[in-house]
Amino acid sequence: MNALSSLVAVLILAGIAWAGGALAPLRPAFALAVPAIAVAIFLVGVATRVVGWARTPVPFRIPTTCGQQRSLPWIKAAWIESPWTRAGVVARMALEVLLFRSLFRNTRGAITTEPVAHGHDAHGDGEDGRPGAARLVYGEQKWLWLAALAFHWSFLFVLLRHLRFFLEPTPAWVGVLAAIDGFFQVGAPVVYATDLALLAALGYLFVRRVSDPQVRYISLFQDYFALYLLIGLVVSGVLMRYFVRPDIVAIKQLTLGLVTFAPVVPSQVSPLFFVHLFLLSALVAYFPFSKLMHMAGVFLSPTRNLANSNRMRRHVNPWNYPVKVHTYEEWEDEFRDKMKAAGLPVERA
Amino acid sequence: MADQNPSPEQLTQVDYRPSGRGWLDPHVEFRKGTYCYSALPKNLIALGLPNPREWQPFDQDWKLPPDWKEIILAGMKERLDRYRSFRLFMDICVRCGACADKCHFYLGSGDPKNMPVLRAELIRSVYRRYFTTAGRLFGSAVGARDLTEDVLKEWFYYFYQCTECRRCSVFCPYGIDTAEITMIGRELLTLVGCNINWVLEPVANCFRTGNHLGIQPHGFKDSIEFAVDELEEITGVRVDASINRKGAEVLFVMPSADYFGTPHYYTLLGYLALFHEIGLDYSLTAYASDGGNFGLFTSHEMVKRLNAKVYAEARRLGVKWILGGECGHMWRVLHQYMDTMNGPADFLEVPVSPVTRTRFDHAASTRMVHICEFTADLIRHGRLNLDQSRNDHWNVTFHDSCNPSRAMGLMEEPRYIIRNTCRAFHDMPENTIREQTFCCGSGSGLGTDENLEMRLRGGFPRANAVRYVRDKHGVNVLACICAIDKATLPPLLEYWAPGVDCAGVHEFVGNALVMKGERERTTDLRGEPLAAPKEKLAHA
Repeated sequence: MNALSSLVAVLILAGIAWAGGALAPLRPAFALAVPAIAVAIFLVGVATRVVGWARTPVPFRIPTTCGQQRSLPWIKAAWIESPWTRAGVVARMALEVLLFRSLFRNTRGAITTEPVAHGHDAHGDGEDGRPGAARLVYGEQKWLWLAALAFHWSFLFVLLRHLRFFLEPTPAWVGVLAAIDGFFQVGAPVVYATDLALLAALGYLFVRRVSDPQVRYISLFQDYFALYLLIGLVVSGVLMRYFVRPDIVAIKQLTLGLVTFAPVVPSQVSPLFFVHLFLLSALVAYFPFSKLMHMAGVFLSPTRNLANSNRMRRHVNPWNYPVKVHTYEEWEDEFRDKMKAAGLPVERA
Repeated sequence: MADQNPSPEQLTQVDYRPSGRGWLDPHVEFRKGTYCYSALPKNLIALGLPNPREWQPFDQDWKLPPDWKEIILAGMKERLDRYRSFRLFMDICVRCGACADKCHFYLGSGDPKNMPVLRAELIRSVYRRYFTTAGRLFGSAVGARDLTEDVLKEWFYYFYQCTECRRCSVFCPYGIDTAEITMIGRELLTLVGCNINWVLEPVANCFRTGNHLGIQPHGFKDSIEFAVDELEEITGVRVDASINRKGAEVLFVMPSADYFGTPHYYTLLGYLALFHEIGLDYSLTAYASDGGNFGLFTSHEMVKRLNAKVYAEARRLGVKWILGGECGHMWRVLHQYMDTMNGPADFLEVPVSPVTRTRFDHAASTRMVHICEFTADLIRHGRLNLDQSRNDHWNVTFHDSCNPSRAMGLMEEPRYIIRNTCRAFHDMPENTIREQTFCCGSGSGLGTDENLEMRLRGGFPRANAVRYVRDKHGVNVLACICAIDKATLPPLLEYWAPGVDCAGVHEFVGNALVMKGERERTTDLRGEPLAAPKEKLAHA
């Protein structure tokens, strides 16, 4: 249901964009106003969200420790997984942000009663009559990590490659990126590895979301919506690059006009380009209100970006307030006679 | 109770395919064995908590205050403004599902709302409805739900079906910590008087008497004296264990179960023997007679209220530093909350071992040291005369308790102690220990009998790994450093992995420790005969 309704929503967006590109009077709005507004929403929205998080206090230092603490000098401590220095925290965050460290741990677990395939049935042989053959088995589960990593890095690469539309002259390093990306020289025009990776990764994420019963169960409208927007964006881009070549010169006129605040509306651009641009605008405008904000949020996550230095350095809670406690005096007042009878020392006789 | 328990065969028939009904439907069936009873009004009154009354979760009418909804929403607003964790975790989950099969309750029950992601969505859906524009506009179409009584009941059911063990947060790409969400969820429930008794009675006891069990100072003294007598019977050495003594160098704080529960009690005997042998100048305290803190399972404010006594007592007695016993959630509080809440501890000194002169710089601010750190240091410096053969009747594995592993990183110290006091030690499989350890299934105040089915289900992943090393290596004891573990693992193991006992790490220390002037030991601290030399294991 969510998978369908969000598909309809994205198709409607694409239809609107097509119309906007096909109908001349609408074109300026779709070529200039929509992207400009979208970018404005993105910048203001993301800043507002990040500032909102950053202004919310971190009352307690609550890192999730994933390795040995720093304690005695002869015990090897995990300086990254249980960091107690700033450098350790930076390294931990870098692994998390650049390589998705935590997701790399992923395993699959389930109770099964299937017989063990090879010889050593160490457990569940029902030796003592119970508990039967049921046991918990785990499996490697690295696909999600791989797809996520492929998607994010490829997206970044593609984004950087697009700088050639926004900078004149195109910086040399953008050309180098493109050359690396097209290293395998498959076909003409050259097929970029990142384009394939993006399609494959998004395809996997989508198939996983609809086919894995647990993931389908937890998926909301907005989970599919973001996926469809991305898929639409990538597919329209791929179509333009490899199949329906639009007028690149005209497009570059438009994009350069946008970033130099000297808008130009070219007359001869395929509606497909408008679909691409509009889906991007939709994604960008939607970004601050969506789960996509994890991009910024991961940096602020208190279980990851705090040092496990709790007992070394005091953490201050800005709103620490006095609470009602049971003082020693109150406690002794209640039990004084019994304490004296038992020979326990008391403050007041 | 026992005759009504489902069999292991029944409990392991777990279907992981979610039912057709979407999760936005909040309806919950309070089925016997899967929830905890409500807190008695006297306990809420003792603590000054709102809405004390007689009620039970299975009642139709929960007797909520008329403005309960406003209270909850105002409470959410307040916490969104106070906890970056809460606000951020409401906003950034992408529902990738990596956390799903990391939760012991989900693995053991197959109930989709026990997937950490959905546990958080229970509250996130309400956040969307009242605190985000999209949720206000589009409602259930974007996963937003009205806050109804059914939603509140569902919160109660599932936030008291999470042990705050943080295993999911190890796997989450953004570090979203369900413990944080459950803690806030329970705080909100507390605002309208929806608590469980297994948490709140200990809290009320602890506030008044200093410990969860409600033991009064003279009873505390009796328990300690009994332990001293028993230790003398076993070792022939009479130890001194002073209580509330001013001017001692070290204050020792332990979970109350150590002097009242079994097998905790043998751990206490181990501490007493150790402190005597090294001549530690220490005092116990009948006021701070519990380092454990069920406030952690109630609200942040309650953590602070119960924890205040530790520093207060250290100041009153004029000790130099504090040593803490074996307990999991107690150490979560001591390590991550105490200094912030009730510090600074500037009236104490940076802890220095009086025996080895090791300065515990990692505790330079909080000034409290874990007993495993302390003992590991003693062993490393060769200050203990240990006869490992006295533990030869044990073949040991170690259960990392959730909080010491995932909220502290205390992983090697206990293993080092075990390896030096026992000859047979085998770790469980890698993805079930250290930071990936599985909860006992009864943590965070859920260890009550009426909740037994859920405990057995949630405990299965841990027990499954124990069974593996039992069958593969002949392991017969599960060592741990958590009082809740010691209370709840024995029945769990009896059910899922018969033949495996449960013991504290300092029980092994007490067994192996050769004391000056002791008589030849014929039994271990449990009073059970030691393995005869010829039967001794060949592990070295």
